Amino acid sequence: MDDLFKGYKGETLKLLKKFNVRVWSEVDIKSSRGEFSGIILPRSENDDETHLVIKLVTGYNIGLETGTIKNIIEKGFKEANYKIPEKEFPYSEGKPNLKLFGTGGTIASRLDYRTGAVIPAFSPGELYGAVPELADICNLSTEKLFAVFSENMGPEQYIVLAKAIGEQIRNGIDGIIIGHGTDTMHHTASALSFMVQNSPVPIVMVGSQRSSDRPSSDAALNLIHAATTAAISDIAEVSVCMFGPTSDDYGLIHRGTRVRKMHSSYRSAFRTIGDVPIATVVRDKVTKIRNDYNKRRNDKDVNILPYFEEKIALIYYYPNMQPDMIDSLIEKGYKGIVIAGTGLGHVNKPLYPALERAQKAGVAVYMTVQTLWGFVHMFVYDTGRDMMSKGVIPSENMLPEVAYIKLGWALGQTDDLEKVKDIMLTPIAGEITSREPYNGYLIYQGGIPEVEELLKKYHK
Amino acid sequence: MYKRINGKKNTGITKKKIGFVTLKEATPDIYEDLGFKCGLEVHQQLLTEQKLFCRCPAGKYQKGDDFQAEIVRHMRPTLSELGEYDGTALMEFKTRKNITYRLKNENACTYEIDDTPPFPLNREALGISIEIALLLKTSIVGELHITRKQYLDGSIPTGFQRTAIVGIEGLIPIRNKKIRIIQMSIEEDSCREISDIGHERIYSTDRLGVPLIETVTYPDMKTPAEAAEAGQYIRFLARSTGKVRTGIGAGREDVNVSIKGGTRVEIKGVSRIKWIPPLTHVEAFRQKALLEIKKILEERTKNVPEWEIRSTPVDNSILIKAGLPLKKEYKASGIRLPGFRAILSFFTQPEKTFADELSERVKVIACIEKPNIVHDEDSSSKIPDEVFSDIYTKTGGDEKDAFLVVFGPAGDIAMAEETIRERCLLAFQGVPNETRKAVNREGTTIFERVLPGPNRMYPDTDSAPIAIDDGYISKLGSDLPSDIYDREKIMKNWNIPEDTFPYIHVRNIFPVIKKISEELSYSPSFVGTIVGHRIKNVDGKNAISPGFDHSRLFDIFEFCEKKKLDSELVKLMIPVLLIHPNMDPESILSTIKFKKRDKKEIISNIPLLDKQFNTISKKNDPGAKKRWIMGQLRPIAVGNISLRELSNTINGGGNG
Repeated sequence: MDDLFKGYKGETLKLLKKFNVRVWSEVDIKSSRGEFSGIILPRSENDDETHLVIKLVTGYNIGLETGTIKNIIEKGFKEANYKIPEKEFPYSEGKPNLKLFGTGGTIASRLDYRTGAVIPAFSPGELYGAVPELADICNLSTEKLFAVFSENMGPEQYIVLAKAIGEQIRNGIDGIIIGHGTDTMHHTASALSFMVQNSPVPIVMVGSQRSSDRPSSDAALNLIHAATTAAISDIAEVSVCMFGPTSDDYGLIHRGTRVRKMHSSYRSAFRTIGDVPIATVVRDKVTKIRNDYNKRRNDKDVNILPYFEEKIALIYYYPNMQPDMIDSLIEKGYKGIVIAGTGLGHVNKPLYPALERAQKAGVAVYMTVQTLWGFVHMFVYDTGRDMMSKGVIPSENMLPEVAYIKLGWALGQTDDLEKVKDIMLTPIAGEITSREPYNGYLIYQGGIPEVEELLKKYHK
Repeated sequence: MYKRINGKKNTGITKKKIGFVTLKEATPDIYEDLGFKCGLEVHQQLLTEQKLFCRCPAGKYQKGDDFQAEIVRHMRPTLSELGEYDGTALMEFKTRKNITYRLKNENACTYEIDDTPPFPLNREALGISIEIALLLKTSIVGELHITRKQYLDGSIPTGFQRTAIVGIEGLIPIRNKKIRIIQMSIEEDSCREISDIGHERIYSTDRLGVPLIETVTYPDMKTPAEAAEAGQYIRFLARSTGKVRTGIGAGREDVNVSIKGGTRVEIKGVSRIKWIPPLTHVEAFRQKALLEIKKILEERTKNVPEWEIRSTPVDNSILIKAGLPLKKEYKASGIRLPGFRAILSFFTQPEKTFADELSERVKVIACIEKPNIVHDEDSSSKIPDEVFSDIYTKTGGDEKDAFLVVFGPAGDIAMAEETIRERCLLAFQGVPNETRKAVNREGTTIFERVLPGPNRMYPDTDSAPIAIDDGYISKLGSDLPSDIYDREKIMKNWNIPEDTFPYIHVRNIFPVIKKISEELSYSPSFVGTIVGHRIKNVDGKNAISPGFDHSRLFDIFEFCEKKKLDSELVKLMIPVLLIHPNMDPESILSTIKFKKRDKKEIISNIPLLDKQFNTISKKNDPGAKKRWIMGQLRPIAVGNISLRELSNTINGGGNG
């Protein structure tokens, strides 16, 4: 019954019932502000209870305050019912076969113009309708694994995803694309980097910073870049493929363990930290930046290591952090803690006793740096050496989120802290590099003449 | 046998056939016969500190080549459009325009380039828009819903404009009738186009996001003059708040025109009201011509669905020899248009024929710069007949067919052929749905874009609705300026000359005149005439300093009254004020070399001057004498004694 009044509550709901009208009714409304005609639209759950929303014949939506409405007359009823046009994805002999896994982010979508709802396009046919260029690159099949927002992706999903990838590889797929919301894409990328080892084919993660329902979205081009990478590149690693510059220009292929989302909204938000990306990609070409990656092979071998211990935490140290922050984790039975420390990897003295208690309780504690760039160096100051004596293990130049994921993955395999340490400090997928290249740290400062010159010359 | 026709003659014949007359010659009956209908979308920038959805300053502009960074985007139709858009829009996408946006830190941030979601809507702008919505007598909405309106031309980097309805269903009076208002909305202004050549279109983001209102009228205007009058009224009404931007581009009109049997065609971006009459007039006759062409084509073509163009490659070198600006690597394609003989030279607008309809679309859609076609009905072309007779033979021509050659970069020729085919097919339907833009003051327009599909509005998921309660409206409503219509009635009563009204409205000087006449002892007709004639004259020569504000006029009048200076002095002081808006009245006085003198002192000169005149002039002409004495005394008299009093005194022999 209430479905007739989608989202309406309180006074407005009473009003709708009083005049015997419902959502999708075509109505004439008399109010103290004047007369209005249109179609009653559903109300968003989070909006107030005192307004009624209608769509005018011009396509605009407006709201009317319930208290001003004197009369409503229903003239008709038009329920919106939308379906995505589907065109069969063409199969071409000789083109690489790709699998696209969906996790819940919308890669392509169509709009429901009446409600504004975004209806995701996902089947190959739907995607072909939205991004026909894909058919020039590959033969595509798709599988929707979950329908969750990026922030709700977690260990359970990592494991399902890793196993599904393993199955596809053993079935002889030529490349894998994973559509993912961007907020936690780098977490999932590093989880898959550890869980899927020795892959013979590219595993490319992709998303969009501007939703695909807008003409200027980066979704289609990102998907084209990802498909090209998965289809023709020999980069048989877990990577993230997103815009290089904010312009519609080229994509960057980032290593799954070194990539991080660095801006809340820019198209070019994804950056390789402390290193350089693997390659650049345009519609039909992948250009290598480096050569030290796992190469594509013809076999179907892959190691799937789908383990994860969920009782681990990542804490961001701040001045005056109190020891009870650590104690509460110990008390609650956490098995591992990654600290993002200041500078070279520090926390304040008052925390030391808590760190000792963690050591005694058998909690694995790893240090990373909140500067993101650079190595943890705990030998430089006495304080660092003090902490190491209390069991804190420096994790080289692993990014904090990557160390968190890796620690969960390591503790998922063993409780033996020595073995965990061994796993943690042995580079598996580029998460620890032996050296930092001179061009691994580049945050250009705007305003400097030579930087401004560069900005003017190249599309940002 | 192939035979060329005299295109120039045909253009003349067809011009007569559709009954084209000039705007000056046209009587109201002509528009009634045409079934002329016109509606306006009047855009007006609001005078706010900041832009509508970000905190960038509004109203700061720079030259097109002054920028700090550029970004490139491509607009892609979203999925639903693929189902609903007509072929041309999709083609436009396929031709891939590279859209470059030029940025300057001073007036653009990451919001403008769609790398940051919108900030909450500018409340200052909302307040002004509600005031104007009230003046338009519209019903104000209870809740503002920000909506996205899609644009694929790149004029907005997001691909859509954020816009919201403020009020609907209003009414404005013009001389002989009332014009209904469909709606008034508040929206963000779009980018300024810097250039559009081939596949590269460049925009500046300086104007993007400036708060703008759009007032949409019903198609109630039945003559070009009515359309201009309605446009003028809406403009004056916005100006009367004193809270809107002025200057070129701050107010722009989109003009919708249709005639009986025609289609609504939108002429975009008309920045001067006086261009509305010629534009609508010419468009009405263009539609008439297209309907006439439709009639002819229908008679000639039995089976329209099977109508098809035929094409054959044409050797470049012949065209180059004939003086066409072809590059060697260009391709040329000869096309036969079955049943189109004498259509390509059919008159459509002054200096334009149907062939221009094809050429303009080839420029916009296939991105080939003009000239891009030559045809066999173009009397001025130097293309030898062999070129066309060759196409005639190779494509199996008929004497009822037309022949043309389209040329340009090889990669764009297929699209050009498709564009020509599509436009010719549309000719069977009459007037295509499209937007056009003005090219000259005579009212000629060119094709701009295909009109977007109807379903291009959808809610902005980035912004929450904004409630507009009764208290807020009544607060804004309590301080509204009087109606333009009422103002004119008052000014008539004041005996202000009517020819000054437009200037007084456009600069919103009514409140100052009212204040001066209410608080000081000057008559409104004196003040109104000074403003509407003298100041307008200086304004027309662009000689007013940008810092000048009409409220300063009050200071001058007040000063003269307090100092008991004669009102004639005001006329000398104001020109100085217009150039030096910050100068105080005392300094202005010394600038015009005014000295305070006693009346008696001035009058005491009369007897002496009287004698002097007698020695200069032998004739006994009292009139001439008086004029001469007045002339001698004027410089010291103005401001100290009224000229009438002085004149009377001279008559009385200086004893007054």
